[in-house]
Order: sequence, then structure tokens, then C-alpha cells
Amino acid sequence: MSDNYPSDLLYTEDHEWARIEGNMATVGITQFAVEQLGDVTQVDLPREGESVKQGEVFGSVESVKAVSDLFAPLTGKVVKVNTPLGDSPEYVNEDPYDQGWLIQIELTVPAETAKLMQPAAYASFIRESAD
Amino acid sequence: MNSASIARFVDRHIGPRSTEVDSMLRALGSPSLEALANEAVPAAIRFDGLMDLPGARSEAEALALLEALAAKNQVFRSYIGAGYYDCFTPPVIQRNILENPGWYTQYTPYQAEISQGRLEALVNFQQMVMDLTGLDVAGASLLDEGTAAGEAMQMLADVCEVEGADTFFVAASCHPQTIAVVQTRAKPRGFKIVVGDPQTYDFSDKVFGALLQYPNTDGQVVDYRAFIERAHAARAHVAMACDLLALTLLTPPGELGADVALGSAQRFGVPMGYGGPHAAFFATRAEHTRKMPGRLIGVSKDAQGKRAFRMSLQTREQHIRREKATSNICTAQVLLAVMASMYAVYHGPEGLRGIALRVAQLTATLRAALLRKGIAVATGPVFDTLRVDGTAADIARFHEEARKRRINLRVHSATSLGVALDETTTNQDLADVAAIFGCDVTEAAAPLPGLPDALQRKSAFLTHPVFSSHHSETEMLRYIRQLESRDLSLTHSMIALGSCTMKLNATAEMMPITWPAWCKLHPFVPLEQSLGYQEIFKQLEAALCAVTGFSGVSLQPNAGSQGELAGLLVIREYHERRGEGHRNICLIPTSAHGTNPASAVMAGYHVALVKCDDQGNVDLADLAEKAEKHAANLAALMITYPSTHGVFEEEIRSICTTIHKHGGQVYMDGANLNALVGLARPADFGADVCHINLHKTFCIPHGGGGPGMGPIACAAHLAPYLPGHPLVKMGGEQSLGTISAAPWGSADILLISWAYIAMMGPDGLRRATQVAILNANYMAHRLNPHFPVVYRGAKGRVAHECIVDLRGFKKTAGVEVEDVAKRLMDYGFHAPTMSFPIAGTLMIEPTESESLAELDRFCDALISIRHEIADIESGKQPREGNVLKSAPHTAEVLLADEWTKPYPRSQAAYPLAWVKVRKFWPSVGRIDNVFGDRNFVCACPPIESYEQSQESA
Repeated sequence: MSDNYPSDLLYTEDHEWARIEGNMATVGITQFAVEQLGDVTQVDLPREGESVKQGEVFGSVESVKAVSDLFAPLTGKVVKVNTPLGDSPEYVNEDPYDQGWLIQIELTVPAETAKLMQPAAYASFIRESAD
Repeated sequence: MNSASIARFVDRHIGPRSTEVDSMLRALGSPSLEALANEAVPAAIRFDGLMDLPGARSEAEALALLEALAAKNQVFRSYIGAGYYDCFTPPVIQRNILENPGWYTQYTPYQAEISQGRLEALVNFQQMVMDLTGLDVAGASLLDEGTAAGEAMQMLADVCEVEGADTFFVAASCHPQTIAVVQTRAKPRGFKIVVGDPQTYDFSDKVFGALLQYPNTDGQVVDYRAFIERAHAARAHVAMACDLLALTLLTPPGELGADVALGSAQRFGVPMGYGGPHAAFFATRAEHTRKMPGRLIGVSKDAQGKRAFRMSLQTREQHIRREKATSNICTAQVLLAVMASMYAVYHGPEGLRGIALRVAQLTATLRAALLRKGIAVATGPVFDTLRVDGTAADIARFHEEARKRRINLRVHSATSLGVALDETTTNQDLADVAAIFGCDVTEAAAPLPGLPDALQRKSAFLTHPVFSSHHSETEMLRYIRQLESRDLSLTHSMIALGSCTMKLNATAEMMPITWPAWCKLHPFVPLEQSLGYQEIFKQLEAALCAVTGFSGVSLQPNAGSQGELAGLLVIREYHERRGEGHRNICLIPTSAHGTNPASAVMAGYHVALVKCDDQGNVDLADLAEKAEKHAANLAALMITYPSTHGVFEEEIRSICTTIHKHGGQVYMDGANLNALVGLARPADFGADVCHINLHKTFCIPHGGGGPGMGPIACAAHLAPYLPGHPLVKMGGEQSLGTISAAPWGSADILLISWAYIAMMGPDGLRRATQVAILNANYMAHRLNPHFPVVYRGAKGRVAHECIVDLRGFKKTAGVEVEDVAKRLMDYGFHAPTMSFPIAGTLMIEPTESESLAELDRFCDALISIRHEIADIESGKQPREGNVLKSAPHTAEVLLADEWTKPYPRSQAAYPLAWVKVRKFWPSVGRIDNVFGDRNFVCACPPIESYEQSQESA
């Protein structure tokens, strides 16, 4: 299992990451999540302008044999969606932290970031759940 | 020859000889079949009586009885129409597909590498439907036209983006049974149904979708373009129920603007069978692909890059998405879809058009004659169906004249009748029909039917070469046989699928289904013409009551999924009639089949999950807590028994009591009823209603993915609510509505279950259950030293299936359950159920029909694979590119001039001595599932790809 959890990101227990830039957050799923899912065949995302709420489902990723819900790490409005994933869901597998990002949110409750995990905390969370 | 020298049928149906039974029992340390069953089945639920059934008949006796009963049916010429038409099944298709176990005994094509034959036939079906409907995507069959319309309603509700849209418009000119099914399905979902005239409907309701019939039930061909434009302007989608034969002449629904086309493919060579089985079709636009109900076959490639077919986009389906699934449908009508596709392959576009033109010509001739006689018949465009109006006296006289000629016409009302002609109508038939009305059709040939230009089909169809290459019988026969040879079926080896298993489908059980007196009846003939069928239904219902201990049965649901829905709707109706219609919580254990939550949602229920313990048993504390918490709104518990883990739970009685105490009803999923027959009865341990998979427990063949039948049995207090039908008086007094298009579902194949029960008798059925338990325990016993068997009952016995655990090998050898499944193909076996109910395991269900020799071969194969895994664990073989990872091996791969694998070719092909004489060659290598789902294609691939695969095969 790879231990690839970039230091500039925040993490959730549902294996989403968030990159915070001002009041914007870019959201994706972690390397761990990708390894659990296997090859992603389809990504269902909200539309621009829709609202998402921390901890609630905002979409799903599919592999050949499973569908997994995506949980919003933070509350806000979707301002950008990674539309190329429609034709190339493999980006999520190949490059989960960059080309495989999912949505960008304009944060309405920035204080929520305090509830997210730092990279080290997430790495040990993964190790514990693997045991 | 005296009767003692004739083997009893029970000894033909059951695999192990009695001496073998003894040695197997010795191996298990059990003194007798009775003792073994007593160890598996908890004492608290055992049924010690003898089921109240007639004694076993021999094959000859059962066939004679069926002949006598068949003689009670009267085969009139039926021109009733309404979605069912007589047709001519090409004999090459009848004998080589419908009557051929090489086509009717395969499993659903989950293991695609050994299912390429029927997958190709199903892609042909999809291509045929796409071409004829003018839409982008078609699935590999649904159950019948009525339920397909229900599925369309559900899908259109899902894809609608208008807030609060809750109404589905249904043209009053749809077939009555379709309207009834749609209404029944709409009610629990809270959809409003408006039945009206599409010409005048103004979309003043909040409409999400609409259903039209084309040509309509009266026979009129209406141009729906304006309606569809109005619907789209109101942001509603439109589904059209169509007639495939008519579409060879008519502008296809896709070109009229429709979003969905559906209907029955019955008249493409499938007998009416007093209601079924037939394949329904369903097509839509590409943007709705992921919301489509039912199975979709797609094109992908194998490990060598060769074109290969597989089931695509399975994440839409209930077995993965559960309560979020788009539909509860599982296996549908593969065998019948294959027949319909072969009918199109055999006739080709010109042949089909010729058949359609002739029917249209006969209809026009008849109409001209009626008009000359001054009879009231509409003059607008028609295809094959006319509606005649008159005084009540005239109409009664016409029916009387028809009866004299042994002809059935459709009863619309006291003052209106219908005539629908078909492929089989001869000139003499036409003259006879005309004579009913005192007309003469010999006078002058009528001109061709006056289809307006806007409704005449201009686009080509069936242009793929497969529809033009097999028009001689020799070519057709070889095509059918070529495809058959790519599919592993029960004619090769056991298919030991836990929870979906396949026992013997005896030839004597199968023979009657193609006797004309059974298969040529229209489902809406007067009951006095189907007395033989009525007798079969009565006896079969009585038998199912004897088996389950219940007192009411409905034979209408034509699949297990429909049985689940019917059972839940019976419960819903029961609560409602008692003034407790607010009850809407359905408890479902986490171990349930995916259909359960999907069905519960269709029945309008909210699903509350109940935990299971480490043994896969319901967590009693959690159940009690949830039942109490939801007591005010508890509607039902859905529980599979024996459990999906193949164990007889000790506490089933108290589970049922808990639910009843809190006002709920118990729905038992009868998927595993084959482990109960004769040993325990659901009614006795507290269930209120259950469905019965006749295609599993009572020998209807799997058909490569359908047909099935899923009747329900229930306690007396639920019987008044059993399904009814708008055209035939049947069902409960306060019926929940209509579940299937035909009153008794796929009536024709009920003969199979009837024959099985008749030939086994109460003792034979009980022995079959005991031997099924013996076979499963014997396999668990042989495999356990090599693979852990993970779930057992209180006394260490499994029920009728066992789960072997492969999860450890991922760490020790990098081997996953799929690798073992694919390697089994090299040994000539179909894998058992993979990763259900537990990921990383195989669930094996051998049935009573498999002999000791076959059980041993299967165990030997798995044990041999265990040794191959050991070679990887010890480092003798690499973790990648080993014999498991490269499985299955095609002849092409093994005959290549170059061989670079780290194991000999002989080990790949013939790993055990007996494999050599029984070798089944997979026609493609490991299929790339990810590629297929990422690049979805459901049409026939270009012809070059067939040539490549021919060359390389």
C-alpha cells in the first residue's frame, strides 16, 4: 500500500482530501481510496452552482463491481467540476491529487477545516484501520 | 417389462446412487440422510409430516397425464392481439435452441469467457431493437411488455429534472394489461397516473413522463410527433410501447422523438404459451444509459486484445446498488431474446419486411371487405389490427359466428370487438374471418394500406452482416451450433452457483412446453378453452401450498424479483385495508440479496438495515431494537431462509415472533426454498408470505439468464390481496392490482414444475432436499482441509450450500477469487458464486442432481488449484504471469508458436488427467472489464472483428 498523502492537503475519514486556497477548496479522493476502489469507470459529480454540505453525499465513483458514495469534506457551493473525468475516469486512478480532482467548492463555513485531519493524522488513521 | 424394472424418476433426478449416498454419509460420520438433515435443520422448525401430494408418477405416466390435460385445452385460431400474436417458430430455432439443453441450461453470463455464444446472440438482439426502434441503446431483455412499461415509468421519474413532477400520463389506447401494471407500480411510489387521450392532453398536470402505444391497442397507427413535442416542451419524456414487426414498416419511435421504446418480442418466433415466457425489449437514448433497467451486454477485449462480449455497467443493478438501484430486475428472458434475435438473423431485413407487408395486406383486404359490407371499422392507418363497432346484438352474433369456426376475436366491450392478424394467417384463415362478418375477401385485391408518408419507414435496419448471412437452414444451423459451442452449460459439467443453482432440467419436464395444445394458446382466450391449464394451475397451487404450508398462491409473478414486489404489495394492501397504511418501514438484514432492498423501495418502503453477526446470522439484539424503534411504522421484515450464508438459523421462529409483536409481517425470500422442501415449512415457523423460484427449486431451466417464474404463497389473511388481472377474472377478491402482463405469468413453463413435482412425489421431493444437503456437506468436508469453510450451523453442518474462503491467498500469493474462478474454466467448470454474500469467497451449491463422480471432479479441480496457489506461495511460480493469473487459456494461446510462460502448456490445458477427455475450450481469454465499462458499446461490432476472432479461434 502506498503512503502517498501530500503535506499540503487536509483529509477526512471517508478518504476525501481538500486543498484549501483562500475560501476555495479543491476536493478529491485519496490514494488509499483509489487502491480500495480499483479501476474507476465512472464518476458522478454535482453541477456547478449546487450546494454541498460537510459529511453529506455529493456524488459517487464507480468501479466495475462497486459504487461508492463521495462525502463532502466541507460545506459550500460547487464552483467548478472536473468535467474531463466524464470521458477519462482513469485520471482518478492515475493522478488522484492533481488531474483526478473532483470538484472545487467556495467555502461558506471555512471554520469547518478544523475538523479535517492533517496528513500525519490521516496516515496513522489509515494504519490503524488496516490493522 | 414390469414396473419394478423401470427406474424411478427420483433415481434419475438425484445424482448419487444409494450405495454412494452411504459412503458419503460414512465420510461425514452421519448414520443416515435423516440424521444428517436433522443435524442441519433446527429441531424447532422441523416438519415431520408428509407433504400432502400425490405419489410419484413415472416419466411415462406424467407425460400421459399431461397429454390428457392438454386435450382439455382447445386451440382456436386466436386473432385477439393486445400484445400477443401467433407466429411461426422456425423449426431450426425450435429444435436447436428452445428444445436444446445446450441453450436452455446455461447460467446468467457473469463468467463471460465461457458465455460468448449467447452474449453474441444478445448483442444481436440489442442491435435488432436499436435498429427497429431508432434509438441508441437497447438492453438484453426485460420480463414482459407490462413490466417494461412500469420500468420505463420508473426510469423517466428518475431522469426528470422538474421539481415536484409526480404524474405519468398513459394513453388510454395502451393495452389494458399494460395500464394495469403501470397503475399497480405507480401507487406505492406515489406517482399519479392520468389515463387519457394523447390527441387532446394538455399537460396541465406536473408530468414527468408519458406512455403511448404504437400501433395502439385498437390498431390505429397515430403520428405522435405533436404529442412528443408538447411533452418535451413540458420537460417530460415519452415512452412508446411498440410492435417490432410493425416497426419494419413504420417510422421508428426514435425518429418520432420518443425517449424510450419498449414492447414484446414475442411475435419474433416465440410461441404465445398462454402468456409466456417471452422477451420484452427496452431501448432509450444514450444519455439515459446509466439509468436503464435490466442487463446490458457490451463489447470489450480479452487479454490478447481480441474482441469479447460481457455484461456491462452492472453497477446500475440491484446486486450492487441495492436500495439505490434503478430497478429490482435481475435475470430476465435470455432464452427468448436469443430466439427472437435468431428469428431476425434467419429472416433478415427483407424477410421481416415481407412478413409485415403480407400481414398489412391481409388486414387491408379484410378492412376493405368489412367496409363494403357497411360494417363500422375505422378508416385511418393501421397495421394488423382492426376494431369493429356495432350494436350489442351484432357484436354478440359476430362472436358466436367466430366460435362456430373455432376462432377467437378480441372483446373490447359489448358493442366493440377487435381482429388482429399475424404471420400465420393464411388466405383460408382470412376468408374464414371475413365469413364471420358475412363478407367475402375474394372479390378484388385491396390496395396496399394507406400509411401516410410521414409514418412510412425510410431508414434502413438490420444492416449488420449477421442479419444477411444465415438465411439458408444449413447456415442457420451452423451459426446456432457455433455460438452454442462457446457456452458452458449443464451439458458439460456442474454449475454450482450458490443461491442461484441449477439442478437437472429433465427432458420429460421440458417436452410438453412445445406441444401445440400448451404453447399455442393466447393468454386472453375464454377460460373454457384453457381447462387443461386451469387444472395444472390448481394442482400446482395445491402443491406449492403443501410445500410451504401456506393457503394462498399467485402464479402471476414471472420472475423472483416480481415475486418479491408482489409479496410486499400484498403486505402493503393488508396494512392499508386494516387502516394501517402508514406502516412503511421494511427491515432487511445486511446479508440479504440485493433484490430485497430494491424491491422494498419499489413497494414504497423505507429500508432499515439489521446487522448480522460473524456467522452471517441476524443479530437478534439489533433486530429487537430496530423492530421496537420502528414499531409504529413497521411494515415488514424480508428474510432469506436458510440464510444467504447457507445456514439454517436456529432463531428463525423468534425472529418472526418479534416482527409480529410489533405489527409487522414477515416476507420470506424463497431463494433457498430448495433446502426446505419436505423438511420445514415457512408457514409453520412464522413467515406470512414467500416467493418461490420455480426456476431453481422446481426445475425450470435457467435459460442462460431467464426465463424464471416467481409465484408467491401466503397465509390465509393475505390471500384476498393476491394479484388480479383486468382481462381475465382471477386472483384475490381485494387484489393489489396486476404484477405481470399475463394472468398466470409465463404459464407454459409452469408445466415443467408440475411435471417435476408429479414425478418426484412427496418422498422424492424430500429425498432431493436431503441429498442436496448431503452433497453440500460432502463438498464442504472434502474442501475444508484445503480451504476454510466459513459458515456452519449449530451442529457444524452447512445447509444446501457452502462458502469457501479464499481471502487469505491475496496476501500469500497475490491470488484473488476471480483468478480461481477463471482458472476453473481451464478445468471445464463454471465458477461458483463469487464474492456473495462475502467478498473474496466462493459459494458452492451442488444440488441433489450431481453425481458423486462429478462432485469429486469439482473438488479435485479446486484442490489442484490450491496446489497451484501453493507453488506461488513457495516461490516456485511467480506472483504475476502464473497459471492462475493467465487463466483462462484459449486454444489459440496454447497453440501459438511461441511460449514464454513459466509453466508448461500441458499444465495450462490439461491440469488433471480427466480434463483431457472432457475438455471445454474457452473461446476468449480473460476479459478486460474496466475497458468495457469505460468504453461502453452495446451494438454489434464491425464485421472485421468477427473475422479476426474467427481466424484466431
